[in-house]
Amino acid sequence: MSADVDLDNVSIRFGDFTAVRQANLKIKGGEFFSILGPSGCGKTTLLRAISGFLDPSEGEIRIGGKSMVGIGPNLRPTALIFQNLALFPLMTVAENIGYGLRVRGVAKADRSAKVKDLLNLVALPDQGAKRISELSGGQKQRVAIARALAVEPQVLLLDEPLSALDLRLRQHMRNELRSIQRRVGITFIYITHDQGEALTMSDRVAVMNAGVIEQVGDGRSVYDDPKTTFVASFVGENNDFEGTVVSADGAEAVVDTALGRLKGRRGEGVKTGDKASLFIRPERLRIASNGETPVITADVSSQAFEGNATQLFLRGPADKMISVSLSRRDDLGPIATGQKLGLSFAPKDAVVLATGSTR
Amino acid sequence: MSSSLIWRVMMGFYITAFFGFLFGPLIVMGMSAFNTPQYPQAYPIEGLTLEWFGVLFSDRGLMEGLWNSLIIGVMVVALSVPLGLAGALVMTQVYSRARSLYYLVVVSPVLTPGVILGISTVIFWRDVADWIGSERVYNGMFLSTLGQSTYISAYCMLIFMSRLQRYDRGQEEAALDLGASPTQVFFHILLPYLKPAVISAAVIAFLSSFENYNTTTFAILADKTLTTVLAGRVRQGTTPAISALAVVIIVVSIIGALLFEIARRAEANREQARTDAATRAERAELGEPVLV
Amino acid sequence: MKPLSAILIFGLPVVVILGFWAMALFDRRNATGPRTATFIERNGWPVSIYLILGVGIWMLVLIVLPQLYMVDYSFHPKLPSSARGGPRDFYTLQNYQYFLFGSTQSTAEWNVTHLNAFWMTIVISIFITILNFVICYPMAYFLAQVGTPGQVRTYMLLLIIPYWVNELLRAFAFGILFGTGGVINKLLIGAGLLGTPIDFIGRDIALYAGLTYAYLLLMMFPLYNAIEALDHNQVEAARDLGAPWWHIHLNVVMPFAKPGIASGCTLVFMLAAGALAAPLVLGGPKSLWFTPIVYDRFYQAFNWNQGSAYALILLLTCIAFVLLVMRLFKVSFSEIAR
Repeated sequence: MSADVDLDNVSIRFGDFTAVRQANLKIKGGEFFSILGPSGCGKTTLLRAISGFLDPSEGEIRIGGKSMVGIGPNLRPTALIFQNLALFPLMTVAENIGYGLRVRGVAKADRSAKVKDLLNLVALPDQGAKRISELSGGQKQRVAIARALAVEPQVLLLDEPLSALDLRLRQHMRNELRSIQRRVGITFIYITHDQGEALTMSDRVAVMNAGVIEQVGDGRSVYDDPKTTFVASFVGENNDFEGTVVSADGAEAVVDTALGRLKGRRGEGVKTGDKASLFIRPERLRIASNGETPVITADVSSQAFEGNATQLFLRGPADKMISVSLSRRDDLGPIATGQKLGLSFAPKDAVVLATGSTR
Repeated sequence: MSSSLIWRVMMGFYITAFFGFLFGPLIVMGMSAFNTPQYPQAYPIEGLTLEWFGVLFSDRGLMEGLWNSLIIGVMVVALSVPLGLAGALVMTQVYSRARSLYYLVVVSPVLTPGVILGISTVIFWRDVADWIGSERVYNGMFLSTLGQSTYISAYCMLIFMSRLQRYDRGQEEAALDLGASPTQVFFHILLPYLKPAVISAAVIAFLSSFENYNTTTFAILADKTLTTVLAGRVRQGTTPAISALAVVIIVVSIIGALLFEIARRAEANREQARTDAATRAERAELGEPVLV
Repeated sequence: MKPLSAILIFGLPVVVILGFWAMALFDRRNATGPRTATFIERNGWPVSIYLILGVGIWMLVLIVLPQLYMVDYSFHPKLPSSARGGPRDFYTLQNYQYFLFGSTQSTAEWNVTHLNAFWMTIVISIFITILNFVICYPMAYFLAQVGTPGQVRTYMLLLIIPYWVNELLRAFAFGILFGTGGVINKLLIGAGLLGTPIDFIGRDIALYAGLTYAYLLLMMFPLYNAIEALDHNQVEAARDLGAPWWHIHLNVVMPFAKPGIASGCTLVFMLAAGALAAPLVLGGPKSLWFTPIVYDRFYQAFNWNQGSAYALILLLTCIAFVLLVMRLFKVSFSEIAR
């Protein structure tokens, strides 16, 4: 059974410091929802508020439509996977997983059966008798997940669970978590600072910075259609050309930058005269073909052949670095360093956002 | 280089002299336990005998004192360990501005001369017995337990505080999150973690109580403990049975210490085996060859 | 008992506790962060009751109330329990008067015996403390900085073994050593250095040696802990700069180890001044140590009020010493209390 999670104007303050500012989220039951942001942006604080370890200074948190005001962490239909896992070191694997059932008074026989099922679910069959200190990092992860799922929460909260793992293991665990979520069908709220993780695993992503949720949407919309400068630069690689808006009407805007006048989609609220940036992804820049007037001209500074793509780094006017990503299909073969290249892009692939824009 | 040699020699001399001073009296006493003369004498050795050990064990007063010491010891453990635990837990939760005063009050018995603890206990409970009209509380065993527990609880508290320092509160949160009530967290998570400290505290409490003299001699009233009987015997000038007692105590202590060390080594080996298993699991996980 | 006494003794702790509770409530009301759980919420009812009862009993019934009681007792005259609190009871300094002048009526003559004993106890205890420090410091330094781990463990074990033996027995051992028929006398006579045995015991030398011996460990451990925390590189650096060894100890090691030194000195002084066992066993017929006198006031003269006054004098002396050490060494209380 899964539940919706609603955050209604939630603010969390510690003395003078505001950790979370007016967060509004509507997370649908059964979805894999990520909160993405750099360290210190308030995402852990928000997660702890949803779990019940913190009370918001303002606003309300509802789970399954029911208000969670005044309800402690042991009474909420949530389970939290801590960043350091917080497994019980003096108990065996089976005792850890069965703990939630034990405090609910479930009989021993039923407990063992349930623990066995969960061990199979997380691919740790027959490991029940081991002590926690005998396990590897990945195995401990899985025990933590099984322990949380044992209490059949309506919402599972995960606090950067993969950050301590080895790179190869992380890839593997991403897939495992996703498939577990699909099988169990409950709402997952997953926080991370790794945008690759957020994009690959989630149904929707909320991008958070300095206590503010800047944008919520599925992976594609957050990537292709960033609404603030932070989202544009934090999610994926992006070229950021600063300047002043010289025209802004309808769907397009033109920014006067050091590299010339550049046209892109007009971001919300952008008006003539604003200080703004034009953002264009490296893979959306292409080398201008013969006969085409290039939008930007720059000198090749360095290049990196990565197998499936080539990264080009060019130095433009005012020493501005431009990064271009060429797929094999656009590859024109090796390019000489120092060579002048003309670059071009379609305005619909770029977006103009006002500098310092936040929601 | 020769100055370093001089240093070494001086240091060696000092260490020998130091331990000589430390053990000398005990060796002397030990020798007198086996020596025949009736007055404790270490030198010259006139004959070797075990008769003083026999005298020791047939000394009714001493045996009665021993029995009382054991009972008081157990009672002190039963009182001091819970009090010390409560004290340590409250230490972490007490209102911050009251913390220094709180610490001062509970640690003060450690710095108070034992005689004062004994005196104040007797005076106070004498009147309490009057108020509640029952002479039963004005009892040597009970009062000695109370007087000793006053400062022994502080020892226990310090032991618990030190163990609590490395306690991972995250476990408590995890347990709460899984649905445990605070009471369940206390019994399922905190107490098991504190078990080693409980054992240490109990042992220290028992030993401290057993060897206490200053407080007990005031509080014991009409009864006697091993230490008060000993004091009486020693004042009267006595047979080497007393020396025999010292030898017995040392032997028992050494055996106890050896047993403790054996148990400790065994536990350390078990822990090492578990860590090795974890390392093997890590390597297997990453697809590396398992070498251990 | 007199109502004023009751109010002071029972009222004082209650007022202090209520005061802090009120402050805590007030702070909580004005807090700006997220609401933290209350004490009862955090611990649950059963555990909360255990904690409050446990700490309450310990602090009030075991520590504070008996002490306050004793202080109050010392200001009352000796009366049978039925007469206490009644018309014959009154506040008085006569018990202290007895300590100073040997009588509750006149102030004509000083109570030479008791005052002498008190004074000597303090002076000798200070001397013993210093002697203890001198004896233990090199060993503590050796264990903390110089010795190999194997050596340290062995020596620590050797250090602890003598202290498993009861203090009375240890004192007794000194008696054997120093008696007229004891080892030391026999050796000195046998070596031709002496004609007749020296009465070590009668001259209190046995007592002082025994007291020094008794508390070595309690000076050793705080010293060891404090010196161990010193980064050995500092010593090396000083040596590299050419400082002679006594300079290094005086200016590098000892200042760093101040809390340990203060701790050790405090413990040894208080145990020596408050010693009962060793003076009992090793004290000669003429020797007077203060604490046995306190004992006598209690169980020989059966004057508990006087005994309380004497005990309070001892306590105040110890407190004064602790404060003096704290001031002298510039350390705070928490640094001393291990």
